[in-house]
Formats: sequence, C-alpha cells, structure tokens
Amino acid sequence: MIPPRSLPRLFAGASERPNSLQQHHEIFGGSTRVDNPFDELQSSGLLGRGGAGFPTAKKVELLRSQRGHHKFVVVNAMEGEPAAHKDFRLLSTNPHLVLEGAEVLARLIGADRIAVCVARDNPTLVNHVERAIHERARQNSRGPAIDLHTPPWRYIAGEESALVNWLDGKESLPQFRRHKPSILHIGRGAALVDNAETCANVALITRYGAAWYRTLGTSGHPGSTVVSVTGAVVRPTVLEVNVGTTLRSILETARADTSPQAVLLGGYGGLWVGPDLLDTPYANDVLGERGLSVGAGIVVALPRAACGLVESHRVVRWMAHESARQCGPCAFGLPAIAEDLTQVIRGGRDGQAARTRLEQRCSSIEGRGACRHPDGVIRFLRSALSVFHTDLESHLAGAPCAGARSRQRYLAVPNLEKEEELVWE
Amino acid sequence: MGVIRRHGQFVIRVNPILCDGFGHCAELAPEIIHLDEWGYPVIEPEPIPLADVGALTSARYAERGCPRQALFIERVHEPGAR
Ligand SMILES: Cc1cc2nc3c(=O)[nH]c(=O)nc-3n(C[C@H](O)[C@H](O)[C@H](O)COP(=O)(O)O)c2cc1C
Ligand code: SF4
Ligand code: SF4
Repeated sequence: MIPPRSLPRLFAGASERPNSLQQHHEIFGGSTRVDNPFDELQSSGLLGRGGAGFPTAKKVELLRSQRGHHKFVVVNAMEGEPAAHKDFRLLSTNPHLVLEGAEVLARLIGADRIAVCVARDNPTLVNHVERAIHERARQNSRGPAIDLHTPPWRYIAGEESALVNWLDGKESLPQFRRHKPSILHIGRGAALVDNAETCANVALITRYGAAWYRTLGTSGHPGSTVVSVTGAVVRPTVLEVNVGTTLRSILETARADTSPQAVLLGGYGGLWVGPDLLDTPYANDVLGERGLSVGAGIVVALPRAACGLVESHRVVRWMAHESARQCGPCAFGLPAIAEDLTQVIRGGRDGQAARTRLEQRCSSIEGRGACRHPDGVIRFLRSALSVFHTDLESHLAGAPCAGARSRQRYLAVPNLEKEEELVWE
Repeated sequence: MGVIRRHGQFVIRVNPILCDGFGHCAELAPEIIHLDEWGYPVIEPEPIPLADVGALTSARYAERGCPRQALFIERVHEPGAR
C-alpha cells in the first residue's frame, strides 16, 4: 500500500530492473480494489497524460456508451517527442501498473482486447513490455488478451488516429475526423486510446480510490505526474512530481540550471516560457490561465549561453520534416515557415521580409491540417518569437548572439537525413 | 404557407487529406473559397445564412465539382434553434 500524500507512486519500488508481477503485488498490495471503479475514476478527476490533458472519465464514458463487442483499449507508449522519456521509464519500472490500468479500462468499456504500442526503435522497451505481457498471460488466463504492437517511431505515429490506422493494418498516418470528439475504430471495434502514464494512474485510482488519489495534485489537475527534464541538466532526468509543485522545484530536483534563459513546456508542440514564470505551479488548471499546459510532461531548460531562435529553428525544421504530408497546408506550409525562420535568423533586409511572411503564413496554415501537428508547430514557433524577441531583433539587425555562433546545441533533435527534402517547390 | 423559411446557417468544410489542391472549388465558389499560395483552399470560416441562396448555390457547385470529393457542406444550428 502506498501511503496518501507521498511520492513516489507511479515509480514505487523502482530498481534497476522492471518489477515482476509478484514484486508488483508486493509493492502495491494484494488486490484491494474499490467497489465502483467508474465512479472512482470520475471523482478522481484524472486528466490524460498524453498531451491534451482531456478528462479520462469522459473518454471512458463515451466508449462505454458504444455498442459492439470487439472494443479495444490502446495503450499509447509511442513517445513521439524526442525530449520525452517518461513512458520508457515508467514501463521499465512498473510495467504491470500500466497493464493493470489498461485491464481496468478494458473492463470499464467492455473491451476484449488491449493493444500496447511501443516504437520498434526502442528494443529495450519492447523487451520489457513483451516480458511483462507473457508473465501476465501465464498468471491470469482470464481477462482481455494483451498484444504488443511495434510501429516504427515517428513524431506523428503516436497521434491517436495514426496509431489506430496502424493497428487497423494501414499506414500510421492521421485520419480526418469530421466531428470531434470522434470515436476511432479498429475494424468494427471502437477503440479507447490512452497514454501509458494515464493507464498507470487508472490502476492507482482503482486500487486506492479517488480520495487517496486526490491527496496529491491540485483540484483541477489531481495526482502525481511524470516529467522528463532535459536541456541544461547534468544528465537527462525523469521525475515523478506532485502536480502543482513549481517549475523551479522541478528544475532543482532534476539538478538542472535553475536560472535558465527560458523553459520549454509540454514538448515540441508546446510553448517557451520566460524565467518570470518559474514560480508558477506545474498544473494544467493554473498554467491554463496563461494559455499554457504541462502537455506531455516535457521540461527543457535553455541555458543563458544558448540561442533560443537557433534551437527553435532546429525543432521547426525537424517538425516540418515529420509532417505526414497528407495535407497541403502542412506538407508545404511547415517547410516554408522553417525556411522563413532560416532567413530571419540570417537577418538583414531579407530577414525583415521573411519575418512578415512567416507571421502571415502561420495565420494561414493554422487549423487547416487533419491533425493538430501543424498547429503545435505554429504554437511553438509563435512562443519562440515572443520569448526570444530581443534576440530576434539582434538577428534581424545582423548581430546575432554568441550562442548562435557557438556549436553547442541543447535541444534533442534527430538528425535530418536528407536536408534537401525540406525545400519543397 | 408556400414560403420556405430557411432557418440556420451553413459552413463549407474540406477534408485536407483528400484535397489535392486542384483549385476548382475557388472558381466555383469564389465568394466563399480562395486559394493559398500553394493552391489549397482557404474557406470563409463565418457561417453563412442558408437564406443566402447565391452563396448556397455556389457552395453546392463547389461540393459537387471537387474532383476529390473533399468538400462538404455542414449545417450550423444557431444556439437554441433547431
Ligand atoms: C502530432 C501528435 C503526436 C502525438 N504523439 C503522442 C505520443 O507519442 N504519445 C502519446 O501518448 N500521445 C501522443 N499524442 C496524443 C494522442 O493523440 C492522444 O491524445 C493520447 O494518446 C490520448 O491519451 P490520454 O487521453 O491518456 O492523454 C499525439 C498527438 C498529436 C497531435
Ligand atoms: S496535418 Fe500534417 S501531420 Fe497531420 S495529417 Fe495532415 S499532413 Fe499529416
Ligand atoms: S476542388 Fe477539391 S481537391 Fe481541388 S482544391 Fe478544392 S477542395 Fe481541394
């Protein structure tokens, strides 16, 4: 049993190796289950941990009302964000907590199958999950079938409709949804897609109840959450924190630079925030008042020595490359704004023109993709232009900072194999 | 009797995955759709009253004339009305 108000919860009993099913039961206690899991889930106020922060109970309710037998629970551990390591760490520590949560969700919506999705590019994780699934299958043959699926890693492969497409035997590309929220289907079976950390929280809620769960977190964003801290850190760190703790204390605990130039919150579809917001509670209900969110639990500390524009440019270029290229405004627009940003950074008169064009293009592209990928890039880019506005002026004036000239880079961005692919004409 | 009251409004929407940027829609419904610099449709976001027969007719032309069948007209109900 995990005492209320204490950490770790999700990472309880962490050691070098993933905890076995037996260890899992020792750590979290036999099987003290609440009487009515759906009511508990509802009053727990759990918000999804995959990025959108949507109330999990609402999604479950929507899926419960669907008819049909062959429903699916999809565990999303694709971890598309290059700066994220949270699902990896969670599944390498307490894989059975995630699987148990998925089983609870399956019972709640009446699903007979669970699909756990892990990128094939991470063989260690594939191994851990495979072992945990086998162990579970040996010990309880009842309950829904759990299968492992390993799509290739790409940023958009973790988008829920792309994931469902893959499970349906198609390419992992996002789908156009005429109405939102819409119900995704694998074959004829409705699918509930939840992030791995969300599933682990569901397991905790059904073991200990909503009142216990709410002893951590804020009223609008209860519980604990997992944060991946990178950038100006001694080493990249994954932490479980009490939701509502300050950004500053997260940086301190992760032994990151506590007087950074800026912090990236949420991920590569998230936002840069200046150091003035370091004392803001890390919780969606508070951050939401400023148009921010914890997103996928990513915190990147940008040191004063770095150039925020150059770093952002690397991200935007890579994100443009990661477009699924199904929709014109995304396929053509994102490389175009990446190119505009190149010119802004080079400065001069062309830079001024590029800046105006960039802003126009952002407004034109926004909201016109089938998925939210381009909107995320635009959000990120706009926050870069505003947080790094003094740097922007010096670049335009032809006097970039030392950080831009240095070779040191701080944000994790995969190499672009074919650079020329970025310029579409 | 005899008078058809057209309550409500409509918007035209595009499925961006199907759309291949042929641009016919902007010719068929120029008052609602224009093309961006890459030739993809940018659609007037404000709902149009169904009573605007001219606009509705153009929208229908665009919907039918799209070679990819990427466009669709969607009725928007004003809050409270049906
Ligand atoms: C471009 C894009 C990429 C995404 N990548 C991931 C991902 O890698 N992992 C993930 O859990 N959710 C990802 N999401 C969010 C999922 O679409 C979905 O919201 C999430 O899996 C729902 O889980 P939750 O309700 O538990 O948060 C992505 C969304 C978008 C728009
Ligand atoms: S918006 Fe971009 S990433 Fe999303 S489906 Fe369209 S082309 Fe793919
Ligand atoms: S006519 Fe159809 S395919 Fe052509 S640009 Fe318009 S919506 Fe796209």
